[in-house]
Amino acid sequence: MIRWLLLLLGGVLLGGIVHIATVIILPRTATQDAYSRLSAIAPVNKVTPLPEPAPGTALMPLMDPAMAVAVCRYDLSQGALKLSVPVSPAYTSVSFYTRTDVAYYAINDRAAGRRVIELDLMTQAQHEQIPEEENVTAADRLIVESPTATGLIAIRALAPEPGLMPKAAAAVGAATCTPAQQASADR
Amino acid sequence: MRLLLGTLFTLFVAAAVGLGATYFALTRGAAFGALRIGAWTAWPKTGTLDADPYARAAIARNGTLPVALGDGVSFSAATDDAGRLLDGRCDVEVEGITPAARFWTLTLYSAGGELVANSVHRHGFTSEEIVRRSDGSFAVTVGPRAASGNWLPTGGIERYQLALRFYDTAVGVSTKAGREVPMPSVITRSCP
Repeated sequence: MIRWLLLLLGGVLLGGIVHIATVIILPRTATQDAYSRLSAIAPVNKVTPLPEPAPGTALMPLMDPAMAVAVCRYDLSQGALKLSVPVSPAYTSVSFYTRTDVAYYAINDRAAGRRVIELDLMTQAQHEQIPEEENVTAADRLIVESPTATGLIAIRALAPEPGLMPKAAAAVGAATCTPAQQASADR
Repeated sequence: MRLLLGTLFTLFVAAAVGLGATYFALTRGAAFGALRIGAWTAWPKTGTLDADPYARAAIARNGTLPVALGDGVSFSAATDDAGRLLDGRCDVEVEGITPAARFWTLTLYSAGGELVANSVHRHGFTSEEIVRRSDGSFAVTVGPRAASGNWLPTGGIERYQLALRFYDTAVGVSTKAGREVPMPSVITRSCP
């Protein structure tokens, strides 16, 4: 009897380890997380407007139907990224997510304080490579550091009433995310 | 033989306990740092890099993009103030005022997080379109039959959840439940 109780206790303790291990490993093995769902429709380093959520056809659960959303699935391994988002009349926000869909930064139109939200997204290593004086001259340049080389940018604009949805969708659709080298070559 | 049996038993218990605990933790929302006000619960930390392993696992499993803390905060309610599960066949009243925010939206989802089909194509309200009383408070009737004022149709489904999202707000990680965050009450009025 005692033998089985000890075995049971051992099983429960081992179960605790299994529990912790599965919780930690799950984000790395998930195949239905937001990033994977968006990979199917969103090309890399390009802004893709998402279809409006509707009953039965939402891309992700718990999407806010009052928000027009566009995503930029980014890959910084080839260099930094420039993001430009025109502000919609009501409310515009830009949220940054790591590869495992954890939000690490967000800014809204009021915090940005201008008609167009402009950001440079780079990894920490790329940020360190920028010459110091360039950092100073570009003081009004907003630099965001990504903890991972890949991830997601979600651009959201609120439609305060359904009739304003086209305007909000147009605002997020006009956003661009382009590799920094390409952007300077275009000039 | 006894050793083999014992080992198998232990491993079986370990798998059952471990996987069972993980399943329950992820389906019941076991992340730390919950902010509970009445029927409403938010996890402001889930929208930051400080998200704990449970929050990260839940995000990966559900496939959602959480509202980032610099963007806003999202509250959800699956029960009324009395702790009774929200039933789409009943009339539920969401009434009161909200904490300060530039905009907020109230949305109805199925238990699985999908929008619910209904005849008037209404899935929620924003702070701009809601009809308020003269003192600034509002009341939304959530129910299967059309109601006067702000009516949020349930489509008659059995279980649903409400999400109340605040955009550009001071409500966040350091917020304590109390007078500074007045959340609307959720009360079941009548059930057939």
